[in-house]
Amino acid sequence: MMASSYNAKEEDGHHSGAATHGVVGAAKSKKPDNTAFKQQRLPAWQPILTAGTVLPAFFVIGLIFIPIGIGLYVTSNNIKEFEIDYTGADINSPCYNCAQNLSWNSTSQCHCSLNFTLTQPFESTVFMYYGLSNFYQNHRRYVKSRDDSQLNGDVSSLMDPNKECEPYRKNDGLPIAPCGAIANSLFNDTLTLYYIDSNGTKNPVSMVKKGIAWWTDKHVKFRNPGANDNLTVAFQGTTKPINWRNPVYELDPSDPDNNGFINEDLIVWMRTAALPTFRKLYRIIQKKSGTTPTLSSGNYLLNITYNYPVLSFAGHKRMILSTISWMGGKNPFLGIAYMTVGSICFFLGVVLLIIHHKYDTRNTSADIPN
Amino acid sequence: MFLREPERPTTGDWGFTSCFTFGSSSRLVVIWLKRKSCCLLLYLEDGRRSTCRDEDAVKAECGAETSGSASAAVMERFHWVQHRCQQLLLRGSERGRYAAPEGLAKSPSQDNPYCSYSSGKRRAVLSRHGPHQQESEAILRNYKGNAIRTTKYSLLTFIPMNLFEQFHRAANLYFLFLALLNWVPVVEAFQKEITMIPLLVVLIVIGIKDALEDYRRYLFDKKVNNNVVQVFCGKQKAYVERRWKNVQVGDFVRLSCNEIIPADMLLLFSSDPRGVCYIETANLDGETNLKQKQVVSDLPFQGEFTPESFHSRIECENPNNDLSRFRGYMEHSNGARVGLHNNNLLLRSCTIRNTETVVGIVVYAGHETKAMMNNSGPRYKRSRLEKRLNTDVLWCVLLLVVMCLTAAVGHGLWLKDHRDPVFQIDGETSPALAGFYVFWTMIIVLQVLIPISLYVSIEIVKLGQVYFIQNDLALYNEQLDSRIQCRALNITEDLGQIQYLFSDKTGTLTENKMVFRRCSIYGVEYPHEENARRLDVYEEEANAAGPSMTLRSGCSGKSRSCRSLSCTRSSVSLHTLTAESEEEEEEEQTSTHILSRTSAFLNHMARDVIPDPELMRKFHCVHSPESSLASSSSLELTYITDFFLALAICNSVVVSSPRHRQDAECEAAAPLKSLEDIKRMFHHFGFSPLSALSSLSPPQIKSSPNNLSSKPCTHGRTGASTGSSPPSTTEDPESNLEGSDPEGRGQGADAGQLKDREADDDVSTAKVEAADPPGADDDLVYEAESPDEAALVHAARAYSCTLRGRSAQSLLVDLPGVGPLAVQLLHILPFDSNRKRMSIVVRHPITGQVVVYTKGADCVIMDLAERPTGLELSAREIYTHIREQTQRHLDSYASEGLRTLCIAKKVLEEEEYEVWLKKQLLAESSIENREELMLESAQRLETNLTLLGATGIVDRLQEEVPETIEALQRAGVKVWVLTGDKQETAINIAHSCKLLCPNDQLLTVNCDSKDACVALLAELKHQHGGAGGGSAAAGGPEDGLPSSILVVDGRTLGWALQDELSSHFLELSSACKAVICCRSTPLQKSQVVRLIRDQLRVITLAVGDGANDVSMIQTADVGIGISGQEGMQAVMSSDFAISRFKHLSKLLLVHGHWCHCRLANMVLYFIYKNVMYGNLLFWYQFFCGFSGSVMTNSWVLILFNLLFTSVPPLIYGVLDQDASADALMCLPEVYTHTSKVYAPRVFWITLLDAFYQSLVCFFVPYFALAGSEVAELSLGSSINASALLIILLHQVLESHTLTWIHAVVLLLSGASYFGFVLLFSVVCVTCSPPTNPVGVETLQMSQPLFYTICALTTVVALLPRLFFRVLHNTLHPSAVLKSAQMDAVDSEMYRRRMERWNQHEAGVRPDLRPSAASAASCRT
Repeated sequence: MMASSYNAKEEDGHHSGAATHGVVGAAKSKKPDNTAFKQQRLPAWQPILTAGTVLPAFFVIGLIFIPIGIGLYVTSNNIKEFEIDYTGADINSPCYNCAQNLSWNSTSQCHCSLNFTLTQPFESTVFMYYGLSNFYQNHRRYVKSRDDSQLNGDVSSLMDPNKECEPYRKNDGLPIAPCGAIANSLFNDTLTLYYIDSNGTKNPVSMVKKGIAWWTDKHVKFRNPGANDNLTVAFQGTTKPINWRNPVYELDPSDPDNNGFINEDLIVWMRTAALPTFRKLYRIIQKKSGTTPTLSSGNYLLNITYNYPVLSFAGHKRMILSTISWMGGKNPFLGIAYMTVGSICFFLGVVLLIIHHKYDTRNTSADIPN
Repeated sequence: MFLREPERPTTGDWGFTSCFTFGSSSRLVVIWLKRKSCCLLLYLEDGRRSTCRDEDAVKAECGAETSGSASAAVMERFHWVQHRCQQLLLRGSERGRYAAPEGLAKSPSQDNPYCSYSSGKRRAVLSRHGPHQQESEAILRNYKGNAIRTTKYSLLTFIPMNLFEQFHRAANLYFLFLALLNWVPVVEAFQKEITMIPLLVVLIVIGIKDALEDYRRYLFDKKVNNNVVQVFCGKQKAYVERRWKNVQVGDFVRLSCNEIIPADMLLLFSSDPRGVCYIETANLDGETNLKQKQVVSDLPFQGEFTPESFHSRIECENPNNDLSRFRGYMEHSNGARVGLHNNNLLLRSCTIRNTETVVGIVVYAGHETKAMMNNSGPRYKRSRLEKRLNTDVLWCVLLLVVMCLTAAVGHGLWLKDHRDPVFQIDGETSPALAGFYVFWTMIIVLQVLIPISLYVSIEIVKLGQVYFIQNDLALYNEQLDSRIQCRALNITEDLGQIQYLFSDKTGTLTENKMVFRRCSIYGVEYPHEENARRLDVYEEEANAAGPSMTLRSGCSGKSRSCRSLSCTRSSVSLHTLTAESEEEEEEEQTSTHILSRTSAFLNHMARDVIPDPELMRKFHCVHSPESSLASSSSLELTYITDFFLALAICNSVVVSSPRHRQDAECEAAAPLKSLEDIKRMFHHFGFSPLSALSSLSPPQIKSSPNNLSSKPCTHGRTGASTGSSPPSTTEDPESNLEGSDPEGRGQGADAGQLKDREADDDVSTAKVEAADPPGADDDLVYEAESPDEAALVHAARAYSCTLRGRSAQSLLVDLPGVGPLAVQLLHILPFDSNRKRMSIVVRHPITGQVVVYTKGADCVIMDLAERPTGLELSAREIYTHIREQTQRHLDSYASEGLRTLCIAKKVLEEEEYEVWLKKQLLAESSIENREELMLESAQRLETNLTLLGATGIVDRLQEEVPETIEALQRAGVKVWVLTGDKQETAINIAHSCKLLCPNDQLLTVNCDSKDACVALLAELKHQHGGAGGGSAAAGGPEDGLPSSILVVDGRTLGWALQDELSSHFLELSSACKAVICCRSTPLQKSQVVRLIRDQLRVITLAVGDGANDVSMIQTADVGIGISGQEGMQAVMSSDFAISRFKHLSKLLLVHGHWCHCRLANMVLYFIYKNVMYGNLLFWYQFFCGFSGSVMTNSWVLILFNLLFTSVPPLIYGVLDQDASADALMCLPEVYTHTSKVYAPRVFWITLLDAFYQSLVCFFVPYFALAGSEVAELSLGSSINASALLIILLHQVLESHTLTWIHAVVLLLSGASYFGFVLLFSVVCVTCSPPTNPVGVETLQMSQPLFYTICALTTVVALLPRLFFRVLHNTLHPSAVLKSAQMDAVDSEMYRRRMERWNQHEAGVRPDLRPSAASAASCRT
């Protein structure tokens, strides 16, 4: 301190003498600040990971995880799920003929029906899925093959789709709407479900086809082009995807709110699945009022308009009926995993407790005299 | 420090300069230009000078020189010179000035003034205000102005040039390659813009850094360019203020004291009557001793210089960067040419000192100045850890290639099974080709595996580390107000792995504040007990009160803003950012160093030597003899007088003192000397003590009382005589023999006569003068090259034998009772490390004899001072006795740890001197082997010396050196001391600094021959190899066995370093606890370091403070300079500059350990993070047909590494502390474990863990979601979130300390990720095709499943690491951990200590010794 003030005096004394060019920066001590930060003395928590300190954590994790696991497991087990394969790969399958003769170009529709029995009634709202296997919707080139601005109703993109859509961008010089491989490969089987009551009559099960897509997709991401309600006009100058039978504005002519790009089946399909075996929501069977189950146990008939060829890549098609819980569909994995991990943690906690008793005490006692 | 090499030639050694003295009155200076021309300057007896140029003769001569043998040429030249001189002398008597002969005067360059400089060899400089305005304009237009521009870029060129520079880096090229690869449609992985992001971020970060750096340079340039200086203006006929940037070649610049020189200029005028001016070159080379510069000789005008009258033409060489060389000549309007040399050139950015006004003409300006051409960028060393890192990065590359190959093969196989399905877009491509494409796609996708951004991160982390090191209070020196300087910014972590420490002794272990402690003269020891007491008292005071009086009145402080005008830093690395930001600090630091350095010489301890009363009495009875004769013989008195005279003058000390003092002193001194007084003194000396020497050599007294008294006023100036007048004392040799009497007198007669004389004389005058208090001229400032010189001068001064001034020709010395005496300086044979001595040849002021005073290392002087021949028996006996006694005293000094020097003298007879002089001049003028000839010549002179006495100089050990060395040794660092000192002193210091414990075994290896050395080494190795090796393996002193210390002397070291012996030496030395190499040369020091570094493959650290340590510092992996008493060379070449040795312990044990652990952990963490995240993408390939698809939005993917998880590792790398500083200081043993942090095993474990975690992180969500309607991005969302949590929590597990900063950064990182993805999923509708995230995250995060998955994944992923860490910590607690535990136990104590510390800080006087406090608490 004294040194620095002396310094300053020196400086002043010599300013008058000869300094013509600017001498800036009065002499200030270069002594570093004695702050906790600069001296690296910030109060710190030092996690010393020894058996003694960590073993409570293990017990706590164990104690938390095991109940969660049980809860998840029970929840998963309460979910009712029914799955039926209708690929027709098997010669005994009713859809075998359809499957064999099918190609994307075939114009005639092939129908087939499957009978199945639900042993248990489905109490709550039932979700009907179609499931595809070995279908790589996540292939890099496939995933890219779409034009989101076109699907978002952008008129210029409608007429001039993104290059990524190649080779499904234009057909005969006309832009394809919706362009790209994803849209082109739209799942186009029609599934209808009939309940066969005790006297053998087929009662169609009423299914809702709206509300199956994400809200954001339906209302934000997908929009029909043009302001007018007439979709035919809006899509004028475009052509349908090659594999489609009908143009996009005829996807659901009955409901203008489900037609064109905002057709929910299209939207669901356009959200590409993460894994090669996937299911996609197809219809919702609303829970009936009162105590009657949504789907009571008994015989059902699944009527299929078989349009979608999967045998060429050894794929499989399934129809899935499922109720859902707060944690989604039926999957016992999480429950089991939680229980296992919880048990392991508990076990390790015990191990650590033993180790702590054997070693840790000795160490700390040995250290203290230091 | 005494033992050191001459640093640079001081004279302008262009060509060469020869000086001949003819007779006693005239001197001929021959200046040889290179081959072409030659200048003869003749100093005639009346002080005029003659100049002649004879090209033909020179040509012939040069021819002879090139053809003939060297010696023949030299001899021939000598004769020729003699011949020329004869002619000149003859003609000179007729005409004062010599114009060149008509025919020769017209040089080619004059015929065509443009050819010479346009040819590129030389440049011509004319005055801007001379008569040939147009010509000068034409010439000078070609030269650069004085404006400097050190910036690399301008506003316009910044972007292209910076980009160009940046793409020289491999990392950027890698990114560029990836970005370009992504533009190839078939392999395109992401959107084209996205792969540019990493590149852009790196480019922008570095670009901003470069821009800031450049802007700082720009500001600095602006500041420098706008400095104001007085320049002569032709229109106004006066000096006007002008900015530096407007100064041009050919301008006349007037500078006053303490101003900084704006450009290289020729000194044309100095207010000093001798035409000299002093400059300080600290800005250039850090040397603070003043250098003397000379006005260009033989200027045509007399008196005050006026620029208008300057019509001469200057021809000099083109700009170059050689600071010590300048050649050229000045051609006056009358055709005469004067040689110019380095001594005439004032270099840019030096400072004028001690001179009122100087005027010079600018010859080089701006970037053409020598200072600017000498710039060099910062040092760049690659640390050991970075080298390791590179191999690990290569492993990562290998991993990447393997993964990509797997994907390529997998894709090919997959494609074979899936021919033309509906989801296959491009069915025509063959599987092999598609696989090939996928390979490249995967390279893009998995780019995060290569931690390229790690390099940028490392640089940033090191900046942070350096910041903290520089801000450490414990490394701050209050006395010098200096912090540690980190000059190399990228080897901080090497500090944590030092295994060998090589230390200089003087100035490193010791203070290098040399204080005269005791002396022995005439075989009588003067213990200076008062002095010893004073030193003790001082030490206590220093400990108690700290330094408050270490500042001097000087001008050093003033110039700090303008220091280091040369600041071109060029580097593309981030390191330079701090280099720049610290630059100003460094500048200031430099100035304070200087301040303190010089002040150190002046502090009371060094200056106020308390004379030994006995010696004082004896010395003063030289002129008050009546009291003395009883006790001491006159011979002894002679010895004493000579001894102190030698102390005062046998050195290279420059005296500077404020001007007003000199004038006053001049007036005061003038009336003091009357002729009578001098005569009286003369008689007194002539008959009393000095005549005793007549038995040794006949006195030849030439001094004239008249002359002595006639010019007292001139003597009073800084120097003793003006440059224009030849030394006055040598004139008139005949007239002043009155007091001398050759040979005839015996001593007894002397004494008797003396008594008579004394009785007659009026003694009172002498008494008055004896009492002349030295305190009156307290502000004499001695600027010495080495502190011991200063110490000796101060010691002499304490005995009223004061050095008052120095010039090229003479020295002004106060002798007690005599007053200022001019001692004619004939020669200085400067110190060199081979001779280990320096000599000065003077004409004795009183006896007039030519006397050689030699000062040097005791062993050398003792050898040379064997016994003078031609002595009487009794004298010989006395002399032998003196020698023996002195040797005894020397031994005792050495064992006390004093630095010993011997002082000897030799009286030369005139003829003897002439003979020697001839050879000396020959040596000086030779070109080829000048060095050897000079050495030979010096050795010829320094024989048959008469030993006068010896001095013991105390060099106190620095504080806490023993503790530091002990701590370092406990830390497993082998400490070697390499010193130039003698063995006894070295061992003694080793003892006192606890390098050597009392029960240690001392292995001394001193051999006279190589064979003996071989045998001795083998024997010692045999004896100690087994036991020593065992103890070395056991790793320290705690095994109780006495360890051995190897002591090697320089000669033996020379043999030991040879190839065939080096292995023996290495084995032996590695078995020893410490090694002391004494009498080692700078070269040997670096050889030792290199040997250890290369052979043992260890990390070495060298610490030193002087120029002799520079090579060692540069050789070692880490070089540390101690900014001490010896200038800045060591600091300039070092990687870190500290001010005390004790700082090493904190620097290594704490900062080194921290830096290494931090960086290693950060690197490991970084690699872990990249591999872990990269693998997630890889696992996904198994479920997407190896198509290179990713389950994440590409923005998130790229930003994940770049943004969301980039800051925590940095914080981790800068702030983590695996053990507290106190614990590390208390437990140096921890240091040995430092390098284990980044062992290869750890790398692989980390990699394994990364694989495991990525597997968990991918497959837990996979199994939880498999078979469901999960969309691609939804799967990615939970995987990403889990990965983020795992990565952040992994760091929490790995961190040893967590402060609020960690908490904030970790929380912010997490928040930034979630914030980004949420925002993105709301805002981005079509912005990121094809993976538009709209609605994904919002939906995910509204589902409990998401959190269930994340929690499970995180726990499962981190469980093994946590468990094994706990197991390891519990079962094998490391020393670090123990210390940390101890810390936890001691936390209460620590808190109290902190409080104490803070109280201390708040108090008036800060605690100087925090480490001492902590050391104390360690023991409790």
